[in-house]
Amino acid sequence: MKRLLIAGVALAAGLTAASWSMAEPVDDTLEIDGKPMITRAKAPEGMPFDEVLSGWLYREAETRDLERDTFENPGMVPVEDGEVLWSKVDGTAGKSCATCHGDAAESMKGIGATFPKWDADSNKPINVELQINKCRTEQMGAEAYPFDKGGQNELTAYIKHQSLGLPVQIDLAEGDMQSWWEQGKELYYTRTGQLDLACASCHEANAGKFIRADHLSQGQVNGFPVYRLKSGFTSLHNRFRGCIRDTRAEMPKAFSDELMALETYVTWRGTGLSVETPAVRP
Amino acid sequence: MMRRMNFTLGVAAAIMLSTAALSSEIAPEAVEFTDEGITMSLTGTPGDPVEGAKVFKNTGLGNCLACHANEDMASDQFHGDVGPALDDVASRYDEPLLRAIVVNSKTIFTDETVMPGFYSLDVGKNVAEKFVGKTILTAQQVEDVLAYLGTLKE
Ligand code: HEC
Ligand code: HEC
Repeated sequence: MKRLLIAGVALAAGLTAASWSMAEPVDDTLEIDGKPMITRAKAPEGMPFDEVLSGWLYREAETRDLERDTFENPGMVPVEDGEVLWSKVDGTAGKSCATCHGDAAESMKGIGATFPKWDADSNKPINVELQINKCRTEQMGAEAYPFDKGGQNELTAYIKHQSLGLPVQIDLAEGDMQSWWEQGKELYYTRTGQLDLACASCHEANAGKFIRADHLSQGQVNGFPVYRLKSGFTSLHNRFRGCIRDTRAEMPKAFSDELMALETYVTWRGTGLSVETPAVRP
Repeated sequence: MMRRMNFTLGVAAAIMLSTAALSSEIAPEAVEFTDEGITMSLTGTPGDPVEGAKVFKNTGLGNCLACHANEDMASDQFHGDVGPALDDVASRYDEPLLRAIVVNSKTIFTDETVMPGFYSLDVGKNVAEKFVGKTILTAQQVEDVLAYLGTLKE
């Protein structure tokens, strides 16, 4: 049956509907406030394709432009809110992040490019959101932020923004990172839900194609939290849950073992791409 | 390519069903795939192409446009290109084969296809509770979509 498909694809390319005239990632370069971003990198060994591409390359010109300029980028508002939280005293110990970590531009540089990393205390990978909660509960005597609330995304974005431009490179040699990577890979290729789709069905097999109004990218995580023009500031686990819900499957809980494994694996898939936090997406 | 060639069984079941339950629909597990596709209507009631066009577009039902361009619906926005364009598709396939593609495209293409099975319970893991044991489309909606696809012919 497959021989019939070629004609179909050719026809589709000729149609004039809506926004899908550009079917491939654009040939464009990103500089944010004069800082060059790596939006294309050689894929890490073991990837089924040669080049990893930032989601930025799949966006329309206007959306790309918004990310170029930190004054225009609507995601910089929450980042500035995060900066306020950085030095806000909270909890019974009377401390803020700044009390222990000083100037974030110094102490947090590189964090966004190297997390998730191994956490020997919990015997699991830890991401920036969970590290913030660990500091809050263990050092500050404050409550953990609930998922997506209380400043979690703002502070996470402020911390990741300190790595703007640095290439993503996580350490799989530490602790049991490799086995979490493997679980994440398993999940990435597992078809879920009534629609029976895996992450790979959309972001590997069909990257560059249009699914309704959406130009499918490789589903990279280097821009998170991202500012979505449709729905505002969005955390990574929120995005993961949304994609899983779209397959008509039950959504795993934020920070569950499943989503931490997936974050570990998908972060690795973007090895070499610059941290773009806060990226702008439709 | 046709992995479920149960013709003899299929014919036998078809005869039994057509006498036993003329107007009642065939359950997803009982659908018989032959080497021509699915020859029997899932409901016995002819499909309605106007309803079928609605099912085709509706994002909560077929959502076919999400993946397929279709010139007949040029006034609708956002045609996808994950699958081939469906212009003139009825000249390329007979109805039984189209029915098999819509019911469970994996029986016609490969297991790797990303096109969902619209009248199949052979689905992915962790199906959301409200969709457990349910098919994406009803048997009649499948027949309606088929009637609509039948109009896509030069
Ligand atoms: C039915 C198709 C589909 C499936 C399945 C799917 N996604 Fe997505 N995903 C999308 C669409 C559409 C977008 C928005 C456009 C884009 O960036 O690709 C998106 C965006 C993303 C993004 C944001 C990329 C960016 O640059 O901001 C990430 C990360 C992501 N997906 C990860 C995943 C993971 C992990 C899975 C599996 C658990 C998954 N997706 C499954 C359709 C899907
Ligand atoms: C998530 C994507 C997706 C959705 C939704 C989808 N399809 Fe498909 N469809 C495909 C792909 C991909 C193919 C090509 C087969 C392959 O390569 O796996 C295909 C092939 C077909 C073909 C064969 C076309 C040809 O020229 O060979 C028909 C007919 C078809 N689909 C009809 C439908 C109908 C009707 C619906 C909605 C009820 C629908 N599809 C929904 C992805 C999809």
